[in-house]
Amino acid sequence: MKRGSIAFALAALAAPALAGAVAPGDVVFDDEGKVAAPLSDTPGDPAAGKKVFSSRSLGNCVACHSVSSLTDVQWPGEVGPELDGIGARRSVEELRGIVADAKKTFEGSMMPSFYRVTGFIRPGDAFTGKAAKEITPLLSAQEIEDVVAFLATLKD
Amino acid sequence: MGRKALSLIAAAAFAIAAGAASADEDAELVVEGQEIVTKLESPEGNPLPVILSGWRFREDATQALQTDDFENPSFLEIDAARELWTKVEGKAGKSCADCHGDVEETMKGVRAHMPKWNEKAGEVWSLENYVNDCRVNRMEADAWTWEKNPMIGMTALIGLQSRGMPMEVDVSGPAEEWFERGKEMYYTRFGQLELACANCHEDHWGDMIRADHLSQGQVNGFPTYRLRNTKLVSLHDRFKGCIRDTRGETFSPGSAEFRALELYVAWRGQGLGIETPSVRQ
Repeated sequence: MKRGSIAFALAALAAPALAGAVAPGDVVFDDEGKVAAPLSDTPGDPAAGKKVFSSRSLGNCVACHSVSSLTDVQWPGEVGPELDGIGARRSVEELRGIVADAKKTFEGSMMPSFYRVTGFIRPGDAFTGKAAKEITPLLSAQEIEDVVAFLATLKD
Repeated sequence: MGRKALSLIAAAAFAIAAGAASADEDAELVVEGQEIVTKLESPEGNPLPVILSGWRFREDATQALQTDDFENPSFLEIDAARELWTKVEGKAGKSCADCHGDVEETMKGVRAHMPKWNEKAGEVWSLENYVNDCRVNRMEADAWTWEKNPMIGMTALIGLQSRGMPMEVDVSGPAEEWFERGKEMYYTRFGQLELACANCHEDHWGDMIRADHLSQGQVNGFPTYRLRNTKLVSLHDRFKGCIRDTRGETFSPGSAEFRALELYVAWRGQGLGIETPSVRQ
């Protein structure tokens, strides 16, 4: 068997895990909170990420962060830092770690952990005020990748 | 010129000075000619650098609504509660007035010291507990639901009798344990968003969270008329809404947890004038 076909066979074996996404509990953070490996096998799409970032029903990142290029977002919040130029100041690995679970980078950060499903106190069933039945991450693996791709475009 | 006209002119002058639609944190609150303390130096031990009523964080038009009882939409419910005050209900054939007389006399100052330790119950009681205790045990009538009318209107009517008086809760003695429980809750990061009261109301008051101007979360104005809800809202209902908004499992209005939190948060605003019924966004 040629080397190429071995690699192909291995890839095929690994496919079930890759096809979905890295599960929230399986994300590997380094000591500084960076995440090197993408959470999904489809590269992040900046345009989709921009939508996740700006939409109240998705990431709603604009509740706390402003980005001056998002001219159609009224009343961006000021609880978190402004993110102009964040793509120049932070690597993709850093951005992925912060969006997935900011507390791994900034201890005690107010920022919610967007890709974590355990360790909460009285988690609710979305915004009903009732107890959670099953906790799903605030954003999907692909949405995280999309937001990271959008943030990476913010060079100045 | 009457006092009301003067206070309206004063409110209008503040509005002009502040510019359109922005919060004026330097405005002074005068309601029906009565000055109400909305800002005070923080006493030792209080974690806030300065104590500010939520009124200071609101837009000019919202601020102005509270200065005139004819404009303040809370008074529809308060007038209904005034009718109820003298209405006989329950098997004992009594009304509130049969025991308590004129609400304007006997209820003066009551709300300013709420919640407080109740020796007989061995608990900290909110004003609603006292109302329901009267209804069930003296009037032999049904208890009212905390976060609905007529309870909200009645607590607003009673609270109004303390308007302008400094909020002064007693956190000593047996209430201290409740105070500590409330404090612990205040700093607990609830829900999937992991937000504590302190994240917004201690660390970020004055900042915008989207279109909301974060206040210190003071409780001196409750029940408060919330324009977005177009109704009077009880304090525990607001607590519930805040915890729900953390994507959390809330506590119930009237629960021991919320009474403990009420005591602690009231202490954080010790000295602010009672504004009941306040108007907020």
